[in-house]
Amino acid sequence: MGYEPQADFGTPLVVSDTTISLTIDGRAVTVPAGTSVMRAASEAGGSIPRLCASDNLAAFGSCRLCLVEIEGMRGTPASCTTPVAEGMAVKTQTPRLQKLRKGVMELYISDHPLDCLTCSANNDCELQDQAAAVGLRDVRYGYAGANHLGSSLDASNPYFDFDPSKCIACSRCVRACDEVQGTFALTIEGRGFASKVSAGLASDNFLGSECVSCGACVQACPTATLQEKAVKEIGKPERAVVTTCAYCGVGCTFRAEMRGEQVVRMVPWKDGKANRGHSCVKGRFAWGYAQHQERVLSPMIRSSIDEPWREVSWDEALSHTASELKRISARYGRNALGGITSSRCTNEETFLVQKLVRAGFGNNNVDTCARVCHSPTGYGLKTTFGTSAGTQDFDSVMDADVMLVIGANPTDGHPVFASRMKRRLRQGAKLIVIDPRRIDLVKSPHIEAAYHLPLRPGTNVAVLSAMAHVIVTECLADEAFIRERCDWDEYAHWAEFVGQDRNSPEALEPVTGVPAADLRAAARLFATGGNGAIYYGLGVTEHSQGSSTVMAIANLAMATGNIGRRGVGVNPLRGQNNVQGACDMGSFPHELSGYRHVSDPDARALFEAAWGVPIDPEPGLRIPNMLDAATDGTFKAIYIQGEDILQSDPDTKHVSAGLAAMECVIVHDLFLNETASYAHVFLPGSTFLEKNGTFTNAERRIQPVRKVMEPLNGYEDWEVTQELARAMGLDWNYAHPSEIMDEIARLTPSFAGVNFARLASQGSLQWPVNEAAPDGSPIMHIDGFVRGKGKFVVTDYVPTDERTGPRFPLLLTTGRILSQYNVGAQTRRTANVVWHEEDLLEIHPSDAENRGLKSGDWVRLASRSGETTLRATVTDRVAPGVVYTTFHHPATQANVVTTEFSDWATNCPEYKVTAVQITPSNGPSEWQEGYEALSTRSRRIADPVPAE
Amino acid sequence: MSVGTPERLAYMANQIATNLALTNDPVAATAEHIHSFWTPAMQRTLASEALDRLGPVARAAMIQLDADAG
Repeated sequence: MGYEPQADFGTPLVVSDTTISLTIDGRAVTVPAGTSVMRAASEAGGSIPRLCASDNLAAFGSCRLCLVEIEGMRGTPASCTTPVAEGMAVKTQTPRLQKLRKGVMELYISDHPLDCLTCSANNDCELQDQAAAVGLRDVRYGYAGANHLGSSLDASNPYFDFDPSKCIACSRCVRACDEVQGTFALTIEGRGFASKVSAGLASDNFLGSECVSCGACVQACPTATLQEKAVKEIGKPERAVVTTCAYCGVGCTFRAEMRGEQVVRMVPWKDGKANRGHSCVKGRFAWGYAQHQERVLSPMIRSSIDEPWREVSWDEALSHTASELKRISARYGRNALGGITSSRCTNEETFLVQKLVRAGFGNNNVDTCARVCHSPTGYGLKTTFGTSAGTQDFDSVMDADVMLVIGANPTDGHPVFASRMKRRLRQGAKLIVIDPRRIDLVKSPHIEAAYHLPLRPGTNVAVLSAMAHVIVTECLADEAFIRERCDWDEYAHWAEFVGQDRNSPEALEPVTGVPAADLRAAARLFATGGNGAIYYGLGVTEHSQGSSTVMAIANLAMATGNIGRRGVGVNPLRGQNNVQGACDMGSFPHELSGYRHVSDPDARALFEAAWGVPIDPEPGLRIPNMLDAATDGTFKAIYIQGEDILQSDPDTKHVSAGLAAMECVIVHDLFLNETASYAHVFLPGSTFLEKNGTFTNAERRIQPVRKVMEPLNGYEDWEVTQELARAMGLDWNYAHPSEIMDEIARLTPSFAGVNFARLASQGSLQWPVNEAAPDGSPIMHIDGFVRGKGKFVVTDYVPTDERTGPRFPLLLTTGRILSQYNVGAQTRRTANVVWHEEDLLEIHPSDAENRGLKSGDWVRLASRSGETTLRATVTDRVAPGVVYTTFHHPATQANVVTTEFSDWATNCPEYKVTAVQITPSNGPSEWQEGYEALSTRSRRIADPVPAE
Repeated sequence: MSVGTPERLAYMANQIATNLALTNDPVAATAEHIHSFWTPAMQRTLASEALDRLGPVARAAMIQLDADAG
């Protein structure tokens, strides 16, 4: 499409069963009751001049430009704050209104620079448009009076500038920060003529303020006061393409606004059903990695990891790779090969990688990064409900009365959804947070959790058992729901278990560290507070009882009848953009697409008929098993698309030993990542901006990914996998990812009704999309569970074997930060590093004092697995005995410290509990020094051989 | 063919058995879990090299799996 600004109806959409009929400029209009006159006029195709109104903000009524005349009403009311009434007759264009508006506009322009031709917003400026709309030709007051034209520019933010000389004090930025983002970082400081937008205190600039750089203020600004630096540098966009963000599992849709092949800016798409027009600092601004100088664009091979890389043609790289894979299969057997799919890649690309493993390698040795994040979600929800996915859409949160957030930090990990949560909380919903840290959601402007249960890491199951104990023993369970929807005998068995004294909050308090009275009160609130919705993240899954915790959450939801309608449900907040999709596509070694076990002969027969090869009926190796097998000498080759297992997976020494033991490690990625240090083949990857396909977000929403520029490396990732398959002798002939989706739909019942044409017309679809649900399924398990009766599973608390002791007396838990994403491969290559340029260790003041530490000191972080060094931050966000860090930087390699312990059911690593010791340090650890040397050596690229 | 150290596989099997201890039939549940999620090579390694490291439930599960395989 060409470049058109997104439509703006002036005030928010109103939903009502009652409609109102009126006339606007003589035209009959019918709209829902409660709609503003301004919006009614917009919906009827008209346009009332305005400056302070926008349809994602509550009406404000300050600019005095949207005045109208209403028959029988005195004066000229503001159309944005005036609701429609039955029979109302509105005039939007009269000589009186024209005069009033022109007068108002004169005042604005008298204090605004007249630099339109050189202004970055020229031809994309609402002030300019409105000046034209009201017919302003001159300003009677002149320009010599008191004004703000000399106000200085704040260029502190790396992505946008704040130029107060162009500000018209409409408050849209302030209101966007409050209402849309919920951070309340901005304010109007001063009164009258002295009024000005301010980020926090008068001394603060944007970078130093509470601003989280979500971009909502920039999007709201009607002038060039808040403007993307890229627009100033590149110019106004000339076309826009709607696509889906490649960061977290919220799956925001954006308009990639382009000038030629260059992205000018990414603007959240107002029609996006996941993000509803909002964004965060990553999706909105941190896309510059796509053209970072460190991106590798030529294929490379080497026979040993001790040699420098050698750039080769695509033909040579692919034929060499296929030849190596065939050699290894012939020598060691087909089970010596495997692959890892990526949650950063599209459904279509993921589907092809698992197809290559199953149909090309001839085994089920395929796994995905969900192994190390949400594999317990798949196991737990399939066991209890019958489907490996969350039950709700994001909109559902607006009907929640009580939110239970456990093991998740939405304001950092899923910031756009967190803004929705905060909006609902400001409306009065109650909040329970179960987390070892005092996450931002516990207390932030206008929000305070009713209960924060700061449990000891590793005791999730005990806390949930105690909550269930309260609900059962105090007769707060929803017996009618359970009798109708669940297996009653299983419920009775479970209720007898949780009702035992050993599961009471008092009995478990010494284990969990949670005061029994708080826990009882939280359980009562959840059971009796109305619609109860549970949101959880990796603080649930990345434990030795991750799967048990997911099932305990499901038990709690079923016991309280909080399943099958809006405002309730079990909602896993997925880490990466396409974790849900990668799991859906058959990336696990025991499942074909649509979560059908490989032992299912009917499912296998479908794939065998379509692919013309036998499917191995036995499960394949999980990632940790692959690494174990490699060190044992039985697993020799791996194709890794879009993952950096050396940095992201636990127990780095174990991962590096496994990789080093293989004969052919193929890394298909954007950069020479840490895993590539052990690779023999590097295949350049393409970014989400350079490919077509689909991502599936945490609410099962399948959304289009659209190519906005040609791949810099020459090929989309699915094309590379196809060429590798062809080099291995497979007859693959996909011309477009839509053909891959057609195959997915043919083979996967929950995707039966999905195709690119429908996605284009509807914007997105939430699976299952099939005959029973042709338009998709926003809410699941409405009339019954997918498995039939909901299954209560007894989840006994089993303490982790990772214990503190004299050598390692503290518990380390790891997590993420807003500005960085996963291993940081993308965000570290953007200006986001200004907010987080290194991983820091959070330590409680008492633990710091015992060790003589203060903020900024270098410390040695050691566990039985290994040690690293980083700087400390002393904070009471963590409890005494608990320390916390992130894993975004390879220089730190926090996973050197994490251990081999994992979830009992899925082998998801126990990242969240590691016994450690902290001591002062004055330099990098031996591992860090050795790794830096390896990293430098392994990234050498040989000079090209000159042509003879 | 061995896949993973016998010690690690035994640890995993015991962990599964412990977490399934309160099911109606822990031995059958443990056996089913291992059969559903482990490769045959992992099961063979455990059965041949680490049976003595298993607790009673995991051990019985492995014996049941062996019997089922005929």
